[in-house]
Amino acid sequence: MTRENGLNMLIVAGLVLVPLWAFFADEPFTITLATRAVILAMAAVGLNIALGLGGLISLGHAVFFGLGGYAMGILAYHAQTYTPFVEWPFVIEGTKSMPIIWLVAVVMSSLAAFVIGLLSLRTSGAYFIMITLAFGQMFFFFSISWSAYGGEDGVSIYLRNGFPGLNTLAPIQFYGLCFGLLMLVLLFASLLARSPFGLALNAARQSEQRVQAVGMMPFRLRLAAFVISGAITGLAGALFADLNRFVSPAMFSWQMSGEIMILVILGGVGRLYGPVVGAIVYVMLEHVLGDLSDYWHIYLGVLLLLVVLFVKGGIIGAVSGRRTAHG
Amino acid sequence: MSLLLLIEQVLNGLQFGVMLFLMAAGLTLIFGVMGLINLAHGSLYMIGAFCAAAVAGATGSFVLALVAALAGAAIAGALVEILVIRRLYGKDHLDQVLATFALILIFSEGTRWLFGSFPLFLDVPDALSGPVTLPGGIEYPFYRLTLIAVGLMVALGLFLLISRTRIGIQIRAGENDREMIAALGVDIGRLYTIVFALGAALAGLAGALVGAIQSVQVGMGEPVLILAFVVIVIGGIGSIKGALVGALLVGLTNTLGGIFLPEVMKLFMEPAVATSVGASLASMAIYILMAAVLILKPTGLFGARV
Repeated sequence: MTRENGLNMLIVAGLVLVPLWAFFADEPFTITLATRAVILAMAAVGLNIALGLGGLISLGHAVFFGLGGYAMGILAYHAQTYTPFVEWPFVIEGTKSMPIIWLVAVVMSSLAAFVIGLLSLRTSGAYFIMITLAFGQMFFFFSISWSAYGGEDGVSIYLRNGFPGLNTLAPIQFYGLCFGLLMLVLLFASLLARSPFGLALNAARQSEQRVQAVGMMPFRLRLAAFVISGAITGLAGALFADLNRFVSPAMFSWQMSGEIMILVILGGVGRLYGPVVGAIVYVMLEHVLGDLSDYWHIYLGVLLLLVVLFVKGGIIGAVSGRRTAHG
Repeated sequence: MSLLLLIEQVLNGLQFGVMLFLMAAGLTLIFGVMGLINLAHGSLYMIGAFCAAAVAGATGSFVLALVAALAGAAIAGALVEILVIRRLYGKDHLDQVLATFALILIFSEGTRWLFGSFPLFLDVPDALSGPVTLPGGIEYPFYRLTLIAVGLMVALGLFLLISRTRIGIQIRAGENDREMIAALGVDIGRLYTIVFALGAALAGLAGALVGAIQSVQVGMGEPVLILAFVVIVIGGIGSIKGALVGALLVGLTNTLGGIFLPEVMKLFMEPAVATSVGASLASMAIYILMAAVLILKPTGLFGARV
């Protein structure tokens, strides 16, 4: 077993034990922090598929995060006000059921990722970064001007949505649900990375010409990766909105895209558990530094700068001693 | 919908466009010469505006405020280049994006810590305030007209700088082959610092000039930064001419779209619905423009390489 695998098992153990301790010690706030970390980790695992595996530097993943959030906000809003979402040509009611909301979130963010990918992947390098950023802004401004769902103020939900057989209002049960989903997503991501598709995608990142030469189309590989990546981040967005019982244009903001990317880099690009470590560290920093000073983003900025300039391979790279993810 | 309104809005669009050009020119120069994506360019815009507002508050002179904005942003730019940016040239775009994102966090929170969260105000100088009457009886704010003139003059100056001067030759040579001009004895490190400081000064100037018609506050730079990205994607990364054309296109689309799309929608919708649909479409119009340009020319209107 490598040191990286040992570290990964340690992280999973921590994600099980700390909330359990918090449950018995009656510290619900710790559980909420852990839930936040797990959900942000899922969003970053999504980005890591595009970024780490595909080499696609997307600075617009807040689009999918926000779409997931608004899928939850809009459906739950119609359910709590007893108004239909669509009246014509057939009636679509709102819903308070998480599985349906998740499905809608995944479908909507996949569709958006498909269209954005189709346009953005015509370019590469710096153009791709700027275009994904610009698409993010487009959704951000659209959500601000969409007054039917609160415009700038966003949408609040009175009660957290339900999941069959669970009481999602109990923090530990909602945490368990999010944790279980994160584990499923991580399993999926690890299978994907080892599948023929994942290997081809990895190859396309390293040498486009060679992949073309053996008869595969890098564009299609990347588009598929971008859609999968967007779908996972969208699912995380729906959970994030449910955690806060609130969704606003801030979920579409480009700072959000930047934050998701920070999670990936802090932990280590292209590593399975990189985003998880990144999210845990980020939420802890946010909590500890936020108590220390109102201006905690300065410390975050300095830390991030030091990681980018001096630590190759993020936290996992530094701890495991393996500097590159793809050995 | 009268002709007067149309002309006024076209002027507003031009004014917005030339200010975007000041931002986009620096970004595209820095990308063209050093191959660097600089997200912190919006912070330099903000620094220019804050320097101007602080000096104008202390001395009451708008000219001194502009000098302070240029100097403040250029010094901040040179410092950042020497301390941080210099280490990023050899790295990939991902590291550049993150490091400059970190700089935004540091600059924004640092400014909030120094000046507080409340917006500052920078007054339009008396000599430039009030409207002027243009031929045809159009009343238009003199200050905004001055901004258009200043922007166009800076654009002309930049063209001359790049095409006619020694430093311009070095910049163009640096875009083509940096090893070769280093071998010819040009101090490439110094050239990079100068280009970065020049881009920063242009951003600072834009921040100060726009600061007088909007409020000066933390976070003012980032929306402009993203529009400047759209501009250089449309114009083609590395091309000053592309930046000018792109900036004017984006400025006009943004301003005219905001005014006319709701009106167009009213032709075939209820007024209330039309206003909100039109406003949504208008805020998306420049991104639709960008998507259209990319479908036709993936490297932008004047861009040569990907």
